[in-house]
Amino acid sequence: MLALTILVDGITYASWLFVVALGLTLVFGVLKILNIAHGSFYAVGAYAAASLVSWFGSMGLAPEWSLLALLMAGVATAAILAPLTERGLLRVFYGRDEVLLVLVTYALFLILEDMTKLIWGANPFYVTEPYGLFGNLSFGSLSYVGYDLMLIVLAAICGGAVWWGLNRTRSGKVVLAVIHNPEIASSMGVNVSRVYTVAFLIGVFLAALGGAFTAPMISVQPGLSVGVIIVSFAVVIIGGLGSIEGAAIGALIVGLARALAVHTWPAAELFSIYVAMAIVLVFRPEGLFQRVQARKI
Amino acid sequence: MFRTISLGLVSIAVIVLASIWSPKWLLFPATMAASHGIVTLGIVLMMRSGVVSFGQGMVFACGAYCAALLAKHAGINEALLLVPAGGLASALLALPFAPLLARYRAIFFAMLTLSLSMVLYGILVKTETLGGSDGFNVARPQIMGMELPADMANLGMFWLSLAFVGALSIVMRIYFDSSRGLVALAIRENELRVEYLGSSVQKMIGTDFVVAAFLAGIGGALTGLTLGHIEPNFSYWTTSGELVFAAILAGHHSVAAVYLASFVLELVRSFSALYFPNTWQLALGLFLLIVIRFLPQGLGSLWIGSRQRGDKQ
Repeated sequence: MLALTILVDGITYASWLFVVALGLTLVFGVLKILNIAHGSFYAVGAYAAASLVSWFGSMGLAPEWSLLALLMAGVATAAILAPLTERGLLRVFYGRDEVLLVLVTYALFLILEDMTKLIWGANPFYVTEPYGLFGNLSFGSLSYVGYDLMLIVLAAICGGAVWWGLNRTRSGKVVLAVIHNPEIASSMGVNVSRVYTVAFLIGVFLAALGGAFTAPMISVQPGLSVGVIIVSFAVVIIGGLGSIEGAAIGALIVGLARALAVHTWPAAELFSIYVAMAIVLVFRPEGLFQRVQARKI
Repeated sequence: MFRTISLGLVSIAVIVLASIWSPKWLLFPATMAASHGIVTLGIVLMMRSGVVSFGQGMVFACGAYCAALLAKHAGINEALLLVPAGGLASALLALPFAPLLARYRAIFFAMLTLSLSMVLYGILVKTETLGGSDGFNVARPQIMGMELPADMANLGMFWLSLAFVGALSIVMRIYFDSSRGLVALAIRENELRVEYLGSSVQKMIGTDFVVAAFLAGIGGALTGLTLGHIEPNFSYWTTSGELVFAAILAGHHSVAAVYLASFVLELVRSFSALYFPNTWQLALGLFLLIVIRFLPQGLGSLWIGSRQRGDKQ
């Protein structure tokens, strides 16, 4: 019974985490930026969801519409923040050292942290409407909230869509070419800077979507971004930076490790994730799904 | 070498003289700049060979906790013992991880060190005997067996920090200029070629990690004793982030720049906390962006010529 509980809890946790980490790994794959501000986009998505859901509620719409509000929160966050960040800020720093770019996004993270506090204040928000929409499901003596299980479907849709888009469409192949070698792609007539913009947009959308759809399960309050970014870093590092399959397996490992700790040894919850990450890295320094790269002489 | 030592001693003497007449409010940020600066110097040491530790909070916290625990439970009250003990404890903590971490570079090195520091954070928060998430208070230590009178406390702690930090900085400057220290710069440029020339890159990075941990432990102990309080946040990743920020602000060319950067950061932080209490992170972020945009080589590049920096023409 305990094993089943751990399994379901772990997979639920892994599902939204996968959506967020997918955005992170996509941005890293294309732009080669490890984006610390990704957690802030997640938080902004959650806050936007809180505002939109309560706005929809005040207009007297049925609770079913709140799902649309969640989706719109993700779209709106990405549409506003992604072009501003990529065109306005990151573009200035392209070509710099990787670690320097991490610090640029760290600065952005600090800025967004205070911006969200200025806009939404320090009090927590609760988004309750969508959570009851899917009822409860029971397995034997255990009962699960349908919304949690719906998240697993959402994660599968997001993962599948990104995989299909990259591997089965023409524009996806162009993106793969840019990932492989931006200079050659550019000389073949690919508009690399537009690929960067679109990839970043999708990355931010996934982060904000993850935030919007987890908002009903948590209290939306300051400090949300910090926890998420560290955990999703662990996910992409475990899976190998830039790999979709890796993000999926990484999310599962992190989700299960956390669920195992929560149910068997609660004191270890905080660092179970890092222990899992350290163990994977000891045996696979580049992550699970990363091809070994030749060192340049 | 003689020049480095004399220059270092003269600078320390000038700062000591200046501190006697300096306004009282300046002493605390100056002490923090010194005690954080020595940690940053450790990061700079590793940055010279191209790896950045994003988890220096781990060894920083270890030094602080070690000194605080010795003061609280072992009854040791002598700062001249507590501070080196903090450094040694951190070096010992780093020792088993050094050979493992030395295999990693770039983001993987950064993330692994980060995860180690977060493991320590998790342990500290959950261990009630270590004060849990609130940490605990540390009594003000004696210096060479002398109690510090209340009005001299800030000045005394500043001089204590200056003595440790100054001495170690001179040693580090000599190390940077030694042939071993220069190999680090070569590793930064091209690791593989350095290995072909017969140096072990892994051994070098591993040793530097332990040395950096020692420095961070000293800094942690000084910080804990000066604040009179320690908490798990010392090991949190934002602490490490700020230390890396100071290292980027300083650049890897000059040791003096490290302390200048620490001091500037400390002032920016206190002033923005004072004048924009709700938006100091925003101010810090903007400041960071401006620095990266306009001073990518750090403050040190302002007074160290391009020839000495070894820039490619």
